[in-house]
Formats: sequence, C-alpha cells, structure tokens
Amino acid sequence: MANATAGQHPLSLFAIDSILDEEEKAIRNTVRRFCQERVRPHIAGWYESATIPLRDLARELGNMGLLGMHLVGYGCAGATATSYGLACMELEAADSGLRSLVSVQGSLTMFAIWRYGSQEQKAEWLPRLASGAAIGCFGLTEPDFGSDPGGMRTRARRDGDDWVLDGTKMWITNGSVADVAVVWARTDDGIAGFVVPTASPGFSAPEITRKMSLRASVTSELVLDGVRLPGTAVLAEAKGLSAPLSCLNEARFGIVFGALGAAQDCLETTLAYVAGRTIFDKPLAAYQLTQAKLADMTLELGKGMLLALHLGRLKDAGDIRAEQVSLGKLNNAREALSIARECRTLLGANGITLEYPVMRHASNLESVLTYEGTSEVHQLVIGHALTSQPAFR
Amino acid sequence: MNIVVTVKQVPDTWAEKKLDPSDMTTDRATVDNVLNEMDEYGVEEALLLKEAHGGEVTAVTMGPDKAVEAVRKALQMGADKGVHLCDASLHGSDALQTASALAKVIAPLNPDVVIVSSEASDARGGVVGALLAEYLGLPQLTLARKVTADPGGGTVTIERQTDNGYATVLGKLPVVVGVIEKINEPRYPSFKGIMAAKKKPLVTMTAADAGIDPGSAGPSGAYSEVDEAQPRPPKAAGQVVKDEGDGGAKLAAFLADQKLV
Ligand SMILES: Cc1cc2nc3c(=O)[nH]c(=O)nc-3n(C[C@H](O)[C@H](O)[C@H](O)COP(=O)(O)OP(=O)(O)OC[C@H]3O[C@@H](n4cnc5c(N)ncnc54)[C@H](O)[C@@H]3O)c2cc1C
Repeated sequence: MANATAGQHPLSLFAIDSILDEEEKAIRNTVRRFCQERVRPHIAGWYESATIPLRDLARELGNMGLLGMHLVGYGCAGATATSYGLACMELEAADSGLRSLVSVQGSLTMFAIWRYGSQEQKAEWLPRLASGAAIGCFGLTEPDFGSDPGGMRTRARRDGDDWVLDGTKMWITNGSVADVAVVWARTDDGIAGFVVPTASPGFSAPEITRKMSLRASVTSELVLDGVRLPGTAVLAEAKGLSAPLSCLNEARFGIVFGALGAAQDCLETTLAYVAGRTIFDKPLAAYQLTQAKLADMTLELGKGMLLALHLGRLKDAGDIRAEQVSLGKLNNAREALSIARECRTLLGANGITLEYPVMRHASNLESVLTYEGTSEVHQLVIGHALTSQPAFR
Repeated sequence: MNIVVTVKQVPDTWAEKKLDPSDMTTDRATVDNVLNEMDEYGVEEALLLKEAHGGEVTAVTMGPDKAVEAVRKALQMGADKGVHLCDASLHGSDALQTASALAKVIAPLNPDVVIVSSEASDARGGVVGALLAEYLGLPQLTLARKVTADPGGGTVTIERQTDNGYATVLGKLPVVVGVIEKINEPRYPSFKGIMAAKKKPLVTMTAADAGIDPGSAGPSGAYSEVDEAQPRPPKAAGQVVKDEGDGGAKLAAFLADQKLV
C-alpha cells in the first residue's frame, strides 16, 4: 500500500490479479481496507505495549465473516480456501499477531469443533466463535513436547460419566482471553480432544510475557488442575494424534499466504524508502546493489505467491495433501523472514525502529517459522514424502 | 419502503486526477477506480432505512462498463438490486444531463426515498442530487446528518447540517434525501454479502432502454463544457521562521498578517 514510488508493485509484475476472480479480489480488498482503517494506525503502539483490543477486533472480524470463513454452516461464510488465504495475507501484512488470532480461532478451534464435534458442541460454540462473541484457543503443545506432541503428558481420566483433566499446555495463542479451549490429552484409548469452557473450576491461563515476537498477540500457559468435564465434552469423532495434526494443517495453509503478507509489507515499505532516501547524491533505489536485492526479494515473493495460489486451487479442488502444505509453509515462512531481514538492511538504522513495520515483521516471522511445525519438521515431512524413510526420530 | 440509492465509480481518492486531453472528460482508464467514498454513506443510510422499516434497496449508477463495480460494491454491502445505465452516447454528459438521465431510470422504479450523497470526489460539482430531485419532481431534503423515516405517516425527518448547528426538516414521501459524510459509519461488506452479490439482479440499460433522446446526450447536448484546464500550481515553498528567542512573537505576527487571528 505504501506506494509512494513510481515503479510497479512487486506482485503486479507477476500479474497476480489476473489469476484471482472477482470474489477473491473483493474479499481481499475488504480485509485490506479494514486493516488500513482499523489496525495500521494502532499496530505499532499495540506491539510496543504488548496489548491488543482482542475482543473488539474479534467482533469486527466476526461481523465481516472472517472468523471460520472457509467453514460451512453455523454462521460461517463458506468462502473458498483461496479467499481464506488471501484474507490471511492481508491480515498478516498488518501484523502476524492479527493473523494468528484468526488462524487459532478459525482454523484450529472452530475447525476442530466443526470437523470432530457433536451437533450440540457445534451449535453451542460455532455461531459464537464465528461472530467473535466468543474467543477460542487450541492447546496441543506442552512445555516438554513441541515438535513431538505425541509425547504429551496432559491426561484425561474417566470418573463415572465425567472426564477429569490434569496437565499443562504451553505457548497457547489467545489462551488467557479465550472462552473455550480445545485441549488435547492422553486417555487410556490414545489421544483425545476436549471442549473445555475456560470458566471451568481448575482451569487457569497465565499469560506469557517478555516476548520479543508476536507482541500484538496473546500467548499463554494453560493449567488444568483436576478440571472436571461432562462426558459430552469429548470430541467424539477425533481419534488419535491425526486429529489435532489435521487442524494444524488447516492453520498452516493460512500461514502459506499469511507469511507473504508480512513480506509484501516489508518490500512495499522498502521500495518507498529507497526511492526517497538519498545517499551520495542519488536515491538509494538507483544503486545496482539495491536493485539486485529488490529484484531477488520480488522474485521470492512472487514465486511464493504462485505456490500459495496453486496450493489454494488444489485445496479448493479437494485434493491437497499434508506434505504439499508443508512445501508452502516451509518455503513461504522461510523466504518471508529472509525478505524481512534484507529489507531491514536497506532501511539502515530506521529499520530497527517501530516507525517502520520491517523489524516488527521480522521479529514476528521468527515465531511463524517455529509454530505450526518448525522448518526442520517440514523438511522432514518433505523428506519422508521423497524417500519413504521417516527420519523424525 | 422502496429505496433507491445513487452510486458512482470514481478514480481512487489517492490517484492523481487528470482530464483526458482529447475531450476534457475525466480520465478513468489509467487509474484505479472505486466506489465514491461519499456514496458509501448513502448506501449505508439506505440499508439502515431498510433494516428499520423493511423493503428493498436498489443501487443505480450511470457510467462506462467498469462503473458496474460501484453497483456491485453496493450489492456486496447489502443492496438488493442494481441498475447500470451504460451507453457510449452518454460519455461526457454534464451534471444536468446526468441528473436527467438518472431521473429517467429512477422514476419508473417508483421509489419512496431516493438517497444521494453530497458530492462525488472526482468532479465535486455537488449538484446532481438537487438536479435529480427537480427532474423527478420530488421534494429534496439536503445536507442530512440524521434521517428518520415514518413510512406509516408518509414522512421523512432529517437533521439538516447548518453552519452553526442543525435544522429539523420534514418532507413528504416520496422524497430525495441528500446525506453528508459522517452521517453513519459505512459497514465493511461481509463475506456472505460478497458471495451473495453475484446472484443478485443487476440490470444493464442502454440510453434507448431508459427512453433518453439520443440527440440530447453527450457533449453535443451538454449545457456546460470544459474549455481548458490547468493543473493546480505546485505548492509554493513555505516560510521558515527561525526561533531566536522571539519565535512566538514572529508566528503571532505572521498569523495576524494573514488575518488568521
Ligand atoms: C508465539 C507462539 C504461539 C504458539 N501458539 C500455539 C498454540 O496456539 N497452540 C499450540 O498448541 N502451540 C502453539 N505454539 C507452539 C508451537 O507449535 C511450538 O513452539 C512448535 O511446535 C515447536 O515446538 P518447541 O517450541 O517445543 O520446539 P522443539 O520441538 O523443542 O524444537 C526445537 C528445535 O528442534 C528442532 N527439531 C525438532 N524435532 C526435530 C527432529 N526430529 N530433527 C531435527 N530437528 C528437530 C526444531 O525444528 C527446532 O529447531 C506457539 C508457539 C509460539 C512461538
């Protein structure tokens, strides 16, 4: 958006708009404008103070239909996966924290209930989560188990008809503000999911502070201390670890697009900056070294975008595979971070401040590189697909 | 209530606005075009009236092929139907011709209320609303900062913005209401609205369909004509006041000089 330059936009070099339909563009433009008016004027302040008016934002996003937008029924918009990706991209162009809020709400919490829940669970939670009246979180990671969630220690045991949950979850986005948590726990029959109202006795969610990344996002610990739930709280259709992993695959898909939003914002900012910054009597934009950087970054952004859209079309056709989403997550998170770092060099000292979005995006992308499967884990997924040799352990 | 709202596609607010040197009409081809921002307030007000009293909202535009996007945006926001008057012979119409053509399209719709915004951000004439009311033979309530309808009693009451406050004005249906900026907060189109818009009825009409006399259309039949245009001169360099302990006094003297204080 920061198009103070006379040159072309990096993505229009790739004629990306020519492969989007009217509906996709309308959804993208609506989210772009929302971010422009409601988020961008405040985001640096929210980031610095590590506070975000999460409930107000969720309401506004809910009114637009953004929360769980790719799900069907229960108040969800039923948009395409590609449109969902484009929305994530615009959100993350503002800040990865905002996109994280939406990923966790729509792709993790709502998707888990929508895909694995009972009619009662869906009717109780989905309309409220879709409208933003309720906030959700998704508890899989534990202090000692991140890339290997199958080792989790959180336990759910039967007590008569009830379930009783004990354990600790870590790094849980939206945790302290959530009304409902989807919590994964070990049972005698393997890993199961539970819909846990956060008001349940024994549930607490202390916020994790002193973060250097995703500061405009709430990250928490979930402590489950003898949390008693009715028998109906279990996600009946979710059997084993593949269920939470399928949810992560949904959220990852959003990151494939989202990470590029952050990269694009860095590149737009940088293009405007180098046009206006005079060094040794000519614009920084007029140096060959600068142009080589700009060209390389544009190439990676455009290639990432083409990959994202290709994956979007595959997903909309209903035949995307998990390792294909891994291709997108690995490439786009990694390239976005490297674009952000390169842009930072072009902004010089200005690049380290919150006056420009670049360092903020770079810091955020460090989290994006790690969550939803680290880069190494996605390399292993792709390696497994290529060689049939699982090398995870 | 049967509500009609007029919308217009204009060059993006931030785009450099130019005239096409060949015929001195607005250059719409080389810039991004969007729904006139002011019209968003009109659409929002129309939707609020519909939500309060039931009925239907029809968005009407006149303009080239791409202008249909303004109607589509209104449909995405929640309008029920759209009409696009599109005819090469209408290119270059002035305000009077535009209002007369719109009236030809709107009159057969038998509206209870026609909502127009105070101006479009391209030409900024700000007269089409008033002219439209004349051509429709309807009363006009202009500069509305608040609109309350009483369809049962057959009236609309507005708060009309004045220089130092507002006046309460009542009009009998059917009526043309001109709304000002900030009358409301236009909604973002919902994604459901965006997806539903594709299936809403949108009629394209030619000048002949609307019963517009071809002889009266276009630059040849215009009442006004642009002979010449000059870009605004670049801003003159500002005057720098150096503070040598008397900066305040110097600034005050400058303001007094300009008769600003
Ligand atoms: C801001 C933020 C928000 C988050 N939100 C959520 C949330 O909402 N819900 C949730 O459940 N989790 C969430 N997470 C947790 C996230 O999913 C985990 O951090 C991630 O899975 C990595 O786990 P870990 O941090 O324990 O790292 P580890 O698993 O300890 O990994 C450390 C390093 O070891 C590497 N590694 C791991 N396995 C292998 C291997 N087999 N071979 C080689 N290298 C390996 C990793 O790639 C990494 O480089 C969030 C994390 C962050 C930072």
